[in-house]
Amino acid sequence: MIFFDKVMKVYSDDSVALDGVSFSVEPKEFVSIVGHSGAGKTTLIKMLLAEEKPSKGKVFFESKDVHKLRHDEIHNFRRKIGTVFQDFRLLPNKTVYENVAFAMEVSGRCDTEICSDVPQVLDLVDLSKRAFAFPHELSGGEKQRVAIARAIVNQPDVIIADEPTGNLDPLNTHEIVQILKKINDLGTTVILTTHNRGVVDSLGKRVISMENGKIVRDDKEGKYIL
Amino acid sequence: MHWISIKRIFKSGFVSFWRNGFVSLSSLLVMTITLLIIGGVVFSGAFFDYTLKQIKNKVDINVYFVIGADESNILSMQNALKGLPEVDKVIYTTSAEALQNFRDKHKNDTLTLQALDLLDENPLGASLNIKAKDPSQYAGIAEYLKSPDVLSKDGKTIIDKVNYEQNKVVIDKLNTIINSSQRIAFWFTLLFILISIIITFNTIRLAIFISKDEISVMRLVGASSKYVKGPFVVSGVLCGAIASAIALMIFALGSFWLLRLTDTYFAGFSFLGYFSANFLQILFIVLGSGIVLGAVSSYLAVVKYLKD
Repeated sequence: MIFFDKVMKVYSDDSVALDGVSFSVEPKEFVSIVGHSGAGKTTLIKMLLAEEKPSKGKVFFESKDVHKLRHDEIHNFRRKIGTVFQDFRLLPNKTVYENVAFAMEVSGRCDTEICSDVPQVLDLVDLSKRAFAFPHELSGGEKQRVAIARAIVNQPDVIIADEPTGNLDPLNTHEIVQILKKINDLGTTVILTTHNRGVVDSLGKRVISMENGKIVRDDKEGKYIL
Repeated sequence: MHWISIKRIFKSGFVSFWRNGFVSLSSLLVMTITLLIIGGVVFSGAFFDYTLKQIKNKVDINVYFVIGADESNILSMQNALKGLPEVDKVIYTTSAEALQNFRDKHKNDTLTLQALDLLDENPLGASLNIKAKDPSQYAGIAEYLKSPDVLSKDGKTIIDKVNYEQNKVVIDKLNTIINSSQRIAFWFTLLFILISIIITFNTIRLAIFISKDEISVMRLVGASSKYVKGPFVVSGVLCGAIASAIALMIFALGSFWLLRLTDTYFAGFSFLGYFSANFLQILFIVLGSGIVLGAVSSYLAVVKYLKD
């Protein structure tokens, strides 16, 4: 489903973010990518989202080279991937409901679908009562749950969660991980980047460990070992 | 683009304009000032034109005829002058009218009137007052008056005096002032409009800069470029439209307020009269500038962040 083929990203001679990274992700897999800050986890995610271009190598999504997509094809491609970030990245002037609905609106979904799907997804992340609050009125955990709701509302093939628990307390962290697990159990591929040992160890799923832009371990049912 | 997307873009543009409160207000104020400058340029241009016309109207030349000149010769000269393309008006004053004007002018000066009564005949000759379409054309008219065409039938000239030579220096100076002030006004207008457009453009760019992260989130969620640009352009157009409504209101109130100063300070130019007579034109200029400025600056600002 996803294939990184000897991907390199060099910003300058002494700044190599990715150094010949190759791996693949199968449908319905739950993959954790772990590593210290600066190991190259976020760069890897940016490559997959076509936010940055590799200096060498290729990234394939469903056998299509992501970086050969035309500018006007990228937004269609991104609709197949749901994203969740550490800093939530919600639209500040839109309510919880509108933030989730926005993802459906840009996909051209009709108002009837939006009216029926958004409340269901908000219910799934337990935010039905906060539907008309603005992001600045929410706690960190609630914001992250909105981001997850927005990521899954279009039923994407893959969910990418880049350090989703980085700004959360242990209780909220546990909740977010449980939601991601549930999403994966329902059949969506999840790629999670984190440096939270507890999260990775509790999952008992595939772990890819990165160091200095290289993959140093790839364990099928791994633990956080660095 | 699907109509449902257009509807959503418009709704989102209106909602974000309203929710952005302070940022929208500051853009609105700057846009209003720009439109006031653009409209002010239109008003001051009209006032300037009016003043120049008033000054131009004050410039004329008079042809004084010898006493006893044949009226038919004078009338034929008047017709000939009227036929010249550069001549606007020719007013004939008979010697009797000239005498009456003189008496009216000196009605409080008994000594002069008594001296006049002592004379057996009218000492004043008839005259033609000539107004050219443009002050620069008086030289040509004065030249024509010297030509043999204006001689009477017996070959004698009936013209006693043409006051062009005396007025020439003033007319020439006035011509220079009119021409240079028109040129200066044009460049000043252009400069003012340019500066205000740059300020508005930058204010809107700053307002959109605040939304830079929002734009990147929209892209990440899968919004197409048109879907990202649309609401910002709608907000810009809305800002321009509201600002032009405010500017037009200020112009209306200002013109009304200036009404009482019309004769004292503006030599009879009525701003309210000009505003009501040219309302559609002013509306078109102010509203058009507001909408175009709002839309174009928003569009260019968003495009910059879409490229990043």
